[in-house]
Amino acid sequence: MIRPDAPVLLEIRDLHARVEDKAILKGVNLTIRAGEIHAVMGRNGSGKSTLSKVLAGHPAYTVTGGSVTYRGENLLELDPEQRARIGVFLGFQYPVEIPGVSNLEFLRVSTNARRAEKGEEELDTFAFEDLVRERLKVVQMDPAFLDRSVNEGFSGGEKKRNEILQMALLEPLVAILDETDSGLDIDALRIVAGGVNQLANADNATLLITHYQRLLDAITPDYVHVMAAGRILRTGGKELALELEQRGYDWVDQELAALAAEVA
Amino acid sequence: MSASLAAPAAAKGAWLEGWLAQLPAACGELAPVQERGRQALRQTAIPSARHEDWRFTDLSLLQTLPLAPAAAATAALPAPEAGAFRLHWNGGSDPLAGHALPAGLQRLSAGEIAQGLGHTLAAAGCQQHWPVELNHAAAEHVLALRVTSRSQVSLELVSAAAEGLQALRLLLLLEEKAELDLSQLVEAQAAGLHSLVVEVHLARGARLSHGLVALGQADAALMANMAIEQEPESNAQLSSITSGWGLARLEPRAVQVDGAAHTTLRGLQLVDGQRIADTHSFVEFKGPEGQLDQLHKAVAAGQGRSVFNGAVRVPRAAQRTNAAQLSRSLLLSDRARIDTKPELEIVADDVKCAHGATVSSLQTDELFYLQSRGIGADQAAGLLQRAFCEEVLRDLPAAARSWCSLERLLEVAA
Ligand SMILES: Nc1ncnc2c1ncn2[C@@H]1O[C@H](COP(=O)(O)OP(=O)(O)OP(=O)(O)O)[C@@H](O)[C@H]1O
Ligand SMILES: [Mg+2]
Repeated sequence: MIRPDAPVLLEIRDLHARVEDKAILKGVNLTIRAGEIHAVMGRNGSGKSTLSKVLAGHPAYTVTGGSVTYRGENLLELDPEQRARIGVFLGFQYPVEIPGVSNLEFLRVSTNARRAEKGEEELDTFAFEDLVRERLKVVQMDPAFLDRSVNEGFSGGEKKRNEILQMALLEPLVAILDETDSGLDIDALRIVAGGVNQLANADNATLLITHYQRLLDAITPDYVHVMAAGRILRTGGKELALELEQRGYDWVDQELAALAAEVA
Repeated sequence: MSASLAAPAAAKGAWLEGWLAQLPAACGELAPVQERGRQALRQTAIPSARHEDWRFTDLSLLQTLPLAPAAAATAALPAPEAGAFRLHWNGGSDPLAGHALPAGLQRLSAGEIAQGLGHTLAAAGCQQHWPVELNHAAAEHVLALRVTSRSQVSLELVSAAAEGLQALRLLLLLEEKAELDLSQLVEAQAAGLHSLVVEVHLARGARLSHGLVALGQADAALMANMAIEQEPESNAQLSSITSGWGLARLEPRAVQVDGAAHTTLRGLQLVDGQRIADTHSFVEFKGPEGQLDQLHKAVAAGQGRSVFNGAVRVPRAAQRTNAAQLSRSLLLSDRARIDTKPELEIVADDVKCAHGATVSSLQTDELFYLQSRGIGADQAAGLLQRAFCEEVLRDLPAAARSWCSLERLLEVAA
């Protein structure tokens, strides 16, 4: 839902980042207001996951220029855990398996870390069980997954549901969902999309990274951005995604070439 | 005794001479054993880097330790598990005095002690090991018990000591199909030396689960030998958790006298600061169709040093042995050191012997995933460490398990 007067949650300005010696983000600009749903599309390797990890504070990426402001605060100077606590959430393209750490305990510790930041009381194991059982319904997940180690041996689709369960528990203000639709079967896609829709409201915002229109059929974006070579090349409405579906990305190469010619 | 152990006068150590000289004359039931141990210590060198088995393990801490007999201390423990029998034991007075033993547990007679003492140590080839001789020289009593055929006993032995020397000697006979869960705590609450020698004989079909939780401090040392002798169809699990000792040397040793038994070894050692923990295990199959499942884990932080040497001996008689040994170490600092070495001696041809060793540090992606959910870096590292340790902790007998929360282990380790 686009409201021009809604508060800005996330403001990315001319963001540059590299991994080791390789420049990947080369001037990303993006403004996200409360209530909005954004989709970022783009070729493999265009820098979508890099953008999401830079926003979440992954130590492998170094910001070399630009700024990211979250609700008026400089996001880039915060530790990853602090970003999460104040409401920035990253749903991983490849959720990490952590053998030996119980999923239930992991969910409880992280939920309490977020609650403490919001000034809410810590939930004991019993109160948390109640909460988690309620939130499991958002993604129609079997409670048996709570007793397993974090993501260990989960199927691709189960991992993605577990990500959305975490989102449901943490109630972020900005949720960045990196290819949450990949690996989901048709029913699971519907369920997960339903969950995301259910969690979206006028006070928060969602950034969906995806390759496919089918996710955007289920979650209607307010804006669609096309990423190429480390920046956002074009922004449009939901019809831009449909256009991409039909035309592919070849035109992107032409625009990039034109841009390069301009600079030269 | 090999020639290389003949002691040059200097290597014997003035501290050891001094200690031996002031010991009271050998007396009591263990007098002959004491004589023998003292004699052996006088004649052999203190192990040093020149001895292959002690290459990485510097014993110089020992010369600084107070060695007067330690007084018992109180360990902060939860109440005994339901149905378990708890004994407080500091090696000095008879821990059984004033106790009615539970059904299935009996005291060994003087004759049985004379016959059984040292038998398993000899079978396991360690009766002349220096830490064992040290125990021989010092221990005043032996706690000698039998678990009668087909009974099930849950025993807790608690040995917490104040400053000084604590020497514990334990002899257990498990009769046919007897079952024993033994949770054992050795805790140093001040500077000192803790010596433990355990001998267990398992008759056919017997089952033992022994969990040693050893919590020390930087100015305390632990020397522990746990030897078991297994008849066929017996099942023995030896687990040890050590944390905090300035120096800890553990020697779990199992011999399957006719093969066809099941041995499980579990070890977890945490080292931080300048501490050293060294486990030298030994398993020998003297007959066919024996099984070994061994997992040894180490967490090394600071400038800590962890040593693991796992000997497995499979002679020709031990066909169809199935043995698996895995050593996994977590390296938390680049100044910590880990030395791990399997030592497989396999002569039989129809056997399965797998072994592996890994050393890793905390995984960046695992840490980041936890942090990205609001979990602080330290807490995330703690969760990952606990996950690493849990694999060993979960196999401890219940009481021992309840004595060593990871919080406690890490608190002691640092
Ligand atoms: N840690 C890293 N080390 C080396 N190269 C990296 C690293 N992370 C990303 N890259 C490189 O940066 C580029 C962008 O990768 P990124 O994962 O952001 O792409 P993406 O747009 O998410 O692609 P996909 O659609 O395939 O998920 C790629 O060329 C990738 O190989
Ligand atoms: Mg990606």
